[in-house]
Order: sequence, then C-alpha cells, then structure tokens
Amino acid sequence: MGSYDVAVIGAGHAGIEAALASARLGCTTAMFTISLDQIANMPCNPSIGGTAKGHLVREIDALGGEMGKAADKCSIQSRMLNRGKGPAVHSLRAQADRVLYHSYMKNVCENQPNLHIKQAEIAEILFEDGTVCGVVTSLGAVYKVKAVIIAGGTYLKGRIHVGEVSYESGPDNVLPPQKLSDCLLSAGITLRRFKTGTPCRVHRRSIDFSAMEVQHGDETTVPFSFKTRDIIENKADCYITYTNENTHRVIRENLHRSPLYSGRIEGVGPRYCPSIEDKVVRFPDKERHQIFVEPMGLDTDEYYLQGMSSSLPEDVQLAFLRTVKGLENVEIMRPAYAIEYDCCDSTELKLSLEFKKISGLFGAGQFNGSSGYEEAAAQGLVAGINAARQIKGQQPVIFERSQSYIGTLIDDLVTKGVADPYRMMTSRSEYRLILRQDNADLRLTPLGYEIGLVSKDEYDALLDKISKIDAEIERVSHLNLAPGDEINAFLLKNGTSALSTGTKMADLIRRPQLGYDVLQQFDKNRTDLASDIREQVELQIKYKGYIEKQLDLVERMKKLEEKKLPENFDYSAIKGLRLEAAEKLTKLAPSNIGQASRITGVSPADITVLMVYFEQNGDSFYA
Amino acid sequence: MKSSTIAAISTAMMNGGISVVRMSGDKVFDIADKIFQSVNDKIPSKMKGYTCAFGHIVFGGEILDECVLTVFRSPKSYTGEDMVEISCHGGVYVTQQVLRACLMSGAELALAGEFTKRAFLNGKMDLTRAEAVIDIISADSENELKYANSLHEGALSRRIDTISTELTKILGDLAAWADFPEEDLPELDDNMLKKRLSDVLDDISQLVSTYDYGKIIRNGVDTVIVGKPNVGKSTLMNNLSGFERSIVSEFAGTTRDAVEESIRLGNVTLRLSDTAGMHSTDDYVEGVGVKIAEKKLENAELVLAVFDYSRPLDDEDNELLYKIMNKNTIIVINKTDCECRLDIDIFKDKFENIVEISASNNEGINALTELIEKMFSMGKVNFSNGIIANQRQWICAVNAKNALENAKIASDDNMTYDILTVLIEEAAGEIAKLKGESLSENVVNEVFSRFCVGK
Repeated sequence: MGSYDVAVIGAGHAGIEAALASARLGCTTAMFTISLDQIANMPCNPSIGGTAKGHLVREIDALGGEMGKAADKCSIQSRMLNRGKGPAVHSLRAQADRVLYHSYMKNVCENQPNLHIKQAEIAEILFEDGTVCGVVTSLGAVYKVKAVIIAGGTYLKGRIHVGEVSYESGPDNVLPPQKLSDCLLSAGITLRRFKTGTPCRVHRRSIDFSAMEVQHGDETTVPFSFKTRDIIENKADCYITYTNENTHRVIRENLHRSPLYSGRIEGVGPRYCPSIEDKVVRFPDKERHQIFVEPMGLDTDEYYLQGMSSSLPEDVQLAFLRTVKGLENVEIMRPAYAIEYDCCDSTELKLSLEFKKISGLFGAGQFNGSSGYEEAAAQGLVAGINAARQIKGQQPVIFERSQSYIGTLIDDLVTKGVADPYRMMTSRSEYRLILRQDNADLRLTPLGYEIGLVSKDEYDALLDKISKIDAEIERVSHLNLAPGDEINAFLLKNGTSALSTGTKMADLIRRPQLGYDVLQQFDKNRTDLASDIREQVELQIKYKGYIEKQLDLVERMKKLEEKKLPENFDYSAIKGLRLEAAEKLTKLAPSNIGQASRITGVSPADITVLMVYFEQNGDSFYA
Repeated sequence: MKSSTIAAISTAMMNGGISVVRMSGDKVFDIADKIFQSVNDKIPSKMKGYTCAFGHIVFGGEILDECVLTVFRSPKSYTGEDMVEISCHGGVYVTQQVLRACLMSGAELALAGEFTKRAFLNGKMDLTRAEAVIDIISADSENELKYANSLHEGALSRRIDTISTELTKILGDLAAWADFPEEDLPELDDNMLKKRLSDVLDDISQLVSTYDYGKIIRNGVDTVIVGKPNVGKSTLMNNLSGFERSIVSEFAGTTRDAVEESIRLGNVTLRLSDTAGMHSTDDYVEGVGVKIAEKKLENAELVLAVFDYSRPLDDEDNELLYKIMNKNTIIVINKTDCECRLDIDIFKDKFENIVEISASNNEGINALTELIEKMFSMGKVNFSNGIIANQRQWICAVNAKNALENAKIASDDNMTYDILTVLIEEAAGEIAKLKGESLSENVVNEVFSRFCVGK
C-alpha cells in the first residue's frame, strides 16, 4: 500500500510527539490509530502537568515538541504548584479542555508535512534479519517501513473491569488491538501485564458546588511553552470535597465485589494512583480522602472526580459517591473502571528507546511501563528523534540524567526497570536543583537546535536571553552598595542585618530575606528586563553555591558516561567480575560505564574492573 | 587529567613491624606539608623525588608518630602521579591515626586496588598485566566486603540503622511534601523538622567521635572452631578459655547462634566461636545453626578444624576439608587418648599446621596456643582488610555528618526545602554507602508506604 521511513503505532501523547518529531526531521512518517477520533485523547485526568510532570512538559517544549503549546492553547485553568517551596519543585499544572486538545493536536498533525495519519489497527510488524521492514494492518494492507515506534498506550490486549463484569476493550471503550502482542512475543519481546484505572465522569447539574471548596486558577499565570506569548486565561474553576465514614463503609461492605480483591485482575497497578477502595483498605485510619472535581472542558457538562478511581460495580460507585458532600444527587455519565494491558519490559530497551534485540523497533509511553500523558510524550519525542536519526545514519541522542527529567525518566526505565507503572517525581532526580522547570530552555534548546527541531530564530532568541542573563549577573556582582540610612532602614525592616561596609548587590540578592526585584530602588542603573530574565538572575545568584556543587557531581558522572561499552558483550568473559555483576551487565547491556554504575548489584569494584578491562582493549571500546 | 588524592595503609597490619601509609595524587604535597614536621626543617613540597626526611606526623596539635617520609615526583613513582610514603613505627593503632590525619587533611581513602589501577591507567604497567590488576582489585574488594559484612552485626550496626531509618523518614516527608502538594497530607512542621535534623546530627556526631579504629584489634582475631558433631569442639573451646583464665567477655548466643568468647593468648586476642556441627540436617532449627556456622567460617581469620583421632575420615569430613583448604587453618586432631583410626598423612600434604591434642585430658593445648601465637607474630594473620572496611565506614560517617551540618546551616538560614532535601539526601546517601546499600528507591518506597497519595 506504500512505503514510509517511520511507522508510529498509536496516536496518543507518545505517538503524536514521535510522529511529529520524525516528520519534522524530514522522515516520511505514517501514524496509525484505531480511531481518528481518539487522537491525543485524555482518557483520564483532563489536565497537563503537575509535580515533575510540569518539568517534563517544559523540557519537551524546549526541545521543539508540541505538548506545551497544545496545553497553553487548550488551558482552561492554570496553577503553579509548590510556590514558596523552592524553585526546584515549582511545577506547572493546567486543566485542559479535552475535546479542544484532541482537535488542536489532530489539526497540527494533519498540517504537518511528511506526516500521514491513517485509521487502522496494526496487526503485525514484519522483520527481516532482526530488523524492522514493514507493518500489516488488520485489513491486510502492507506498508514497507524502516523503523517502527510502538506507542500503543494501554490498548494492547486491553481488558476493562467494572465489578463482576469484564470485557476486552481499550480506554473509553475503543477496540483493543489483539494481534500485535502475539507478533511481539514471537519476535522475542517480553510482555507483561500492568493495570491502571480511572474515576467516574459525572453531570454538572447533579453536583452541588456550593457544598464544596472552590479552587481558582492563579492570578498571574505562566504558560508551559517558552514560545507562548498569549496570556493564559482562567476560564473555569475546580472544586474540592471529601469522602467520609459512610463512603468508606459502603466501600468496605462491597469489597468482595471488586475484581482486585477477588483476584480477577492479574495486572500490577501504579502505587501513586490507587483506587479509592485501595486507599480505604490500606489506610483504614484516614478519616477522609480528598476529591477534586474538575471540568472536562468548556463545551461539556462532564466533570472528572480525581481521587475516586475504582473498579467496584456501577451500583456501588453510585452508592458511595452519593455519601459525599455535594454529590448527594450525583448522576454518573461514565462509570469508573480498571483496565489491564500488555506492556514491554523496559530493561529490554536501549537509552535511545530502541529495542536491544531488534534494530529499528522503538517503544514509547505506557507501552514501556510508564504512566501519565507527560511521561508518554517525553518518550515519544525521544523515540521519534532517534528513529529519524537512525534512518538518516546519525548517532542516537542519549538524554542524560544530569541534563533533564526526560533523561532521568528513560534511565530509570531502562537501567532500573519498573515493577509498577512509573510516574515521574522530583524526588527521583538527584540533580533537581539544576533541572528546574524555569531553566528547561537554557538546558535543552541548544540540543533541540542541534537535533533540528528548534528553528534558528528560536535558538537565536535563546542566545540573546542567555547573554542578557549573564550580563546582568555580571553587573550586579560588581555593583557596590555603600552603607547609608535609607538602605539600612530598608534592610532592618526586611528582617536582615544592616550594612557596615560596602557590599555587592549580588550578595544582598543572595540573602534569604531579599531578592532581585525588591532591591530595585537601590539600583539606579537597572534596565528593564523581562520577568523570565529577572527570575534567572535571581535564582542563579541565590543558589549559586548549591548549583555549583551539583554541577560538580554532573562533571564527575559525565566522565563515566563518556566511556562507552560495547552493545553485545558477554561480561562473564571478564575474569574478576563478580558473578552477579556479570549476569546483570550481560542482561542489561549498559551503553556506558556511568549507566553500568547505576545497575543494582554492580559494585564500585566491578566498575573498576570494567574500566581496566576495556582500557586494556584500547580505543575499540571507547568512543 | 586531574585526579583525586588517595591514601591507604599499604603494608599488612601487624604489631611490631614498620607500616607504610601511601598517598598518590595532585594534592599529596599540600597534605604532607600540613601533617609532617621534619626534625631538620625539610618541607615535603620542596623536597626532590626519591628523597626522604625524618620527622613527626602532627595532627590536631598532637604528635601521632615518628616517621620517615619519602617523596616521589610524577612520573617517577609507582602510580605515575606525585606520591608520598610515610613509614610509621608506632604499631597498628598509631598507623591508623596517621592515615586518618591524611584523610582529614584532604585525601580520599583509596578504593580496593586503586593504586595499582592508577599505575596501570598511567601506563606504568604493560597491557599484558591488566588481568593481574583485575585480580588484585577483585580479591581486595572481596576481602573488604567480607569484613564489612562481619561488622554489620551488633550494637554499632543498630545505631547506624536507627540513623538511616530516621533520615529516610525525613526524606520521605520532604518528598511527599514536594511531589504531592495537593494531597491531604499532614503539614510539615518547620520546628519539628529542625529538631529532627539536629537530633540525627547529634547521633551521627556521636557515631563519628566514637567510631573506633582500634575496635578490631582489641576485639581480636575472628577465630572459628569447626568440625563434625561430637569431635570435641566445645571441650576444646572450654580448654582454651580456661587456659589462661583471662576471659574478657562471655556471652552465650541463643541456642541457634554460635557461642562466642574473647580469649587472650599472650599477645593475641582471639574472638572464638564454637559453631553448630557442620553436617547436613533436615531439622530446621539445626539447619539455621549450620548456616550460621558456614557464614562464620567464611568470615573467619583463623580456623581451628577439629577431627576425631578415633575415626576414619568420612564424606562430611572431606567436605569440610575442601571448605577450609584456602583458609588460615590449624588442623586439630582430638582424642589422641583413643585408638588411632585416622590416616593423619592425608592432612600433611595440604596443611602446614597440625596439632594433636586430647581435649578431655587437657593434653596438647599448650602446643596449640604456642602455634597460634607464632602464626600471629609471623604475620600470618592480617588485619588490613578489617581496618580498611572499618575506615571506609568511618569516612562515610564523617561525610554524612558534614552534609547534615550544611543542611542545618541551610535550615537555620531559612533556605527553601528543596535545598535542604538535597543536602539531607547527600547524608542519607553516605549512610547508605556505609551500609553497602543504595538510596534512590528507598525514599520513593517510603512515600508510598506511609502516605496515602495519588489521584
């Protein structure tokens, strides 16, 4: 039926970024989806961002991905979480209009040169000599391709559970692909079963909002995308209510009807996203659980009940919801459900997201064992970039832990593996003081430009921003302030000590009680700088010591990351490696010494042995 | 390439001999200048390669030892880097104090085989020797690991566990606070956090100040008595302990545990364990005893293997012989008062040290204790690995303390919690390293097990 460079299976958050990246890098790309109406669907929360996930969106944007721009276009409420808790943990979160998000993304894809969207179920991937060579749809159409990116989300052999009932289905009752899993198994890919769930959607008119706490958006909003110039308006509110003892009683009395407790679900669920029955059972002393009531969009009356994911029967769902304040007369539009699906073992992937065993086959998103739209999009972008680079005969781009949350996410998946669906958290990054959401562009846009996803104009704008930041830091580092009545009165009023000798402006900015903006009156020559530049100046000065310490760590790790390891290597051939280390190294085939050092069961002595061994073999192993 | 400066004791640790502390790297002369006072005003950084000076190691205003310091200038040294060797005279304990002075003045404790590794990487050895280098590294690290594990018992380990648990809890609180801001979680109380931090800091400070290098030497040589049931192990143990009537301590383990006592034979202290008989068993409780015995055997520095004079060797005896083949072993043939049915020649090929005794008649015990003393004074029993493992732990504790002190300063300065978290994480990482564990998943697990979070 035709031939393409890259086939992307799935058009969710991972599939879209993968397909757009590949097409934008000049590869002819076909994106297959079971239903065109499901492109960029949000089958769970109608929101983008959140802690650490907001970081991912910013990073995707800095690299030239689409998610940030889409979230800004479709945002109906925006909030910066963790304000006041330190810049490293600030996280942006937006409620998005679900239908608008779908049509925005579909439109972007439709207008993307090189990208062809096809409604079809891929039933089979064709291989030749351990390399991908084509895909076959369930209708029998064959396409010749050079690379395949699997971004099947939670669809593969999906099975929905609601109480005693279960049936084969993808999210939102879309058909689940049945044959692809078997094809992957016979190609030697390990598949496992994960599970996730989603709460009810309920009708606006059945909710008594007056009985709930209202949650407004921020007064001053910030966009996700570094390119968005429009002001993000808050167009809707969210609400908070709580479960109570009655809710918990109804749940407890009906636990025997849950497919989880009766053992009908075999899949492993995410720890961070437990069902309400899970919460009630695991934390029996907690008197109430929080429910966020979130609008699904501006043109719909559906509301999402965050915190109430469940696989209990529909009648039980209705019964326990109606015990909740403000939901006494609630009307369910879509019941909550749990869904089981096939996913791969992420340790079978390389850091480029290509499968170690099969050349040209990539995995991205929930299929890789992660969870969440943002985690999926991040992997999609990386898989799309690396598939395109492979076709163009270029080396893969490896995102490092020290460089991005994207790198941390992928390294965790590939090097450590996952036991339950993986959610990004700020606590997972050892470099979080430098991997902030505010500096994602400074960290990654140069790389995005090098890859070819960021335009020259955008790159030049970044260089201009950097030079302005540097110049201002330089200026205030040399600006001397003499002691005087006015400034000393100001300092004492702000709870900090007065000046006795001349002091640099930068040293004052560094004081915990002060900052860049509040000192404006003592800085006559200050030019008018944009808020993102002022923010960088302040943060880079304030956290200088800590940032430098982390950069030092980065430097050390970088030395190890630069030492490459061979792809197919039998580590048991190295005498002196402990047995456990040799087995793990052979199985996980790390791509460099740094990655090897993070494998559980590989000791510092093993690393030393590796270094000596490969040094002996000369530069054939070191890139 | 710039390299860190490393230090280690490079000679076997025995009382009586000269011991050498070796340093290699960019900062060796800075460090040597700080801690060495020559009797004739020589300054290490001004000395030529291949020259030495006589003087004292001084640290914290105190003279630690008299020594000879030798200077090697890059590339003419073992590692190819600048090096200093300090030959100490004061015995095991003092040598460790000298190493400690180096470490406190800016050196890092060398990893297993690191001097050799550097020599290799700097081209001081030809490539064909790489395999030998690897052997040294893996043998050293294996020995260290064994000793490190053997230190993981008792009161010290419980104190470390307490510190580690509290740090993980604090990090769990901070992680939940940062990653789940919208959850209905208990507020993080700043004063409470400050108090918890300073409590852990107190614990760690105490740990550092009492972390005793001398512990291993004073506690003695890990000695294990092995043999089949009823060959007379317990009688031998009683004989040995009664021998000088100088039992330092005595604590009977549980019935399943090995019985331990410390006994002193002349200059040597033995930490003596009598173990459950080494034999295959179906009995669960006894099985646990046998496992303990095997672990003890693995970690032992001296093995007293007891065989029965009145019985020929059977399969179990042979299996035991196999297990102790490469250990520092004395073959003790007991029950010489009975009729001989044992072919003693079997031992003579493989073992140097064989003693015949009659434990119940208290015969031959003298000969045995003399042999043990002789082996010790000849340096057959080596403390080095134990001391290195011990020092590694101490360094981790010091690093943890420093990180927590910085955290406390940051907290007193009202720095934001993200900064605080990173510093506490550093401390927890060092404690985890001390325990031979890794940190990363601990905190995430802590969050999910203690807090009800998630959408």
